Amino acid sequence: MNPEAKKTLRRLVIAVPLMFAFGFALVPLYNVFCEVTGINGKVFQSDNAEKLVIEDGRPLGLQFISTNNENMPWTFRPSEDVMTISTGKYYTATFYVKNTTNKTMTAQAVPSVAPSNAAAHLKKLECFCFEQQELKPGEDALLPVRLLVSDELPENIENIILSYTIFDVTEYDDEAVAQHIHEEHHEMEH
Amino acid sequence: MSAVIENHHDDHHHGPAKGLTRWLYTTNHKDIGTLYLWFSFAMFLIGGAMALVIRAELFQPGMQIVEPEFYNQMITLHGLIMIFGGVMPAFVGLANWLVPMMIGAPDMALPRMNNLSFWILPFAFFILLSSLFMEGGAPNFGWTFYAPLSTTYAPPSVTFFIFSVHIMGASSIMGAINVVVTIMNMRAPGVTLMKMPLFVWSWLITAYLLIAVMPVLAGAVTMMLMDIHFGTSFFNAAGGGDPVLFQHIFWFFGHPEVYIMILPAFGIVSHIIETFSRKQLFGYSSMVWAMLSIAILSFVVWAHHMFTVGLPLAAELFFMWATMLIAVPTGVKVFNWVATMFKGSLTFETPMLFAIAFVVLFTIGGLSGLMLAIVPADFQYHDTYFVVAHFHYVLVPGAIFSIMAAVYYWIPKWSGNMYDERLGKLHFWLSFIGVNVTFFPQHFIGLAGMPRRYPDYALQFADWNMVSSVGAFLFGVSQILFLFIVVKTVMGGKKATDQVWEGARGLEWTVASPAPYHTFTTPPKVD
Repeated sequence: MNPEAKKTLRRLVIAVPLMFAFGFALVPLYNVFCEVTGINGKVFQSDNAEKLVIEDGRPLGLQFISTNNENMPWTFRPSEDVMTISTGKYYTATFYVKNTTNKTMTAQAVPSVAPSNAAAHLKKLECFCFEQQELKPGEDALLPVRLLVSDELPENIENIILSYTIFDVTEYDDEAVAQHIHEEHHEMEH
Repeated sequence: MSAVIENHHDDHHHGPAKGLTRWLYTTNHKDIGTLYLWFSFAMFLIGGAMALVIRAELFQPGMQIVEPEFYNQMITLHGLIMIFGGVMPAFVGLANWLVPMMIGAPDMALPRMNNLSFWILPFAFFILLSSLFMEGGAPNFGWTFYAPLSTTYAPPSVTFFIFSVHIMGASSIMGAINVVVTIMNMRAPGVTLMKMPLFVWSWLITAYLLIAVMPVLAGAVTMMLMDIHFGTSFFNAAGGGDPVLFQHIFWFFGHPEVYIMILPAFGIVSHIIETFSRKQLFGYSSMVWAMLSIAILSFVVWAHHMFTVGLPLAAELFFMWATMLIAVPTGVKVFNWVATMFKGSLTFETPMLFAIAFVVLFTIGGLSGLMLAIVPADFQYHDTYFVVAHFHYVLVPGAIFSIMAAVYYWIPKWSGNMYDERLGKLHFWLSFIGVNVTFFPQHFIGLAGMPRRYPDYALQFADWNMVSSVGAFLFGVSQILFLFIVVKTVMGGKKATDQVWEGARGLEWTVASPAPYHTFTTPPKVD
């Protein structure tokens, strides 16, 4: 094979692992893209929410939805289905959970906001979804979420739905997974 | 065979070895091309049989023949086998046979890798097909294997599916690297880039697409593998992942893949229309630029497959316009084909019939694609039979008709014998009628709201489904005739001349028929 052909071959052979790596690079790129644009209902928190506190916010409906992922037997429901809130103020909402099984289980709640362009304006100071919950058989708890809706919320939005899906993660005893989730939420908080 | 003996005097090479080892050890581009073509034919028949199971079940509403679980396995395997086993290896086979002969090269640049890239393919499909007999059955999540269907809810055989996709990907990547190195470095003196035959151009672009996206597919299935077995959560929301991410990665591969399956067809059809119009192809350089533009645009349109996942408006508009933009270079190509035929001395041998049918029916498939590109309309059409009709129109009378046209067009060069023209025409008309009867009614039932991928349907869809099934069996049975014609031609028949077709141009028509085992061991002179 002549040297020119070898050069072409070398370039192409290098391109293959690069594109393989690019496939994986799409994972963080995708998250960054969602964070910047606030799409996909992913809840991120980038700036200090304190400065978003204002006195005369506009009224807003905040609705809560709880969903059990398949095979998740716990009782999981919002304490109140609907709250009337005003923008630029902190509120605390609670969710009731009960482990209805006879074994100790670990759960992870994953939030989503609709409409998706409201996601960037819903700031959580504190949320049970930032960590995992472990409940003993028959144990129950009230899980709090402390949140604020920024006044920069697009004017046409009069209702926001905050939905949580609760997953059984008992089998994910892998520390790395727990760490990953923790870090991701940690980033959101700051 | 006299040509082989003549060749004997020129150099120290020998003809093919005898027996099975000829095929196992061969590094000859023509042998490997033949292997690829027969392999893809076998896969075409297996995938076709699965399609007939699907159409038999859909002949009437209600469950008749198979269990719903098995139906899901059939739609999954039908798609995977036709794409990765039927269309793609057929194009690689054609590239092996034709690219070296068209550019005046003695063989592919990397002959041993060529052997490897073919011989791992049968293993990939053996693994995939063997999953049918495994506990829990074959993959049942559709050929697009969306997570979490293909991860959390997948049958255990999904791991075998993942490895078979890895092997198919490795095979395609090696094949593509081989094509690029051959075209970039082994052209005969005088064959400049803008003098290359369009089939060579189409394959050069296709090969770059393959090298760019097959590794991304490998990445996607690797992430699935890690989610399933190693506790990661790429696509698992419980662990902080996102199933929509899967769709983004998959279609980043998937849309260029669509063009991987049609660009070589563009090349083939350009040659055939030129030959049987007895004119020079209209707009050669615009054909090249059109293919390049299509290839580049193919990387920025993937999300039009996922308009309904909840993209923001700006993204939907961007992907809608980008998708519609592809109609421009495609329109240039269709215009050029028609302009080539305009005032030509046309004759309608079988390859030309398939090529003209390609132009007409591919355009229909392209236009339904434009309809699907319109965001608000797509919300209605998404996952209905309208989509099924669309992509079968671009793949069956598109890609597959072009492969059949290529076989009829070049088989006299490969075998030295002319095929039976009457049987060829019969095969064309049966296929043409069969394909339209099968897929045209699917537009209607799709627009009426029948969802894809279900083994049963509501009563109002019954009539057109029955028509569609009748067409499918007509199309399926007529491919047995195709097999018969090919075997008959290889066994014997009227001897072909070296040029074969009156209007044929290009280096491959300057060598003897059948093409000697070794061609262009000294580069030809090209002005």
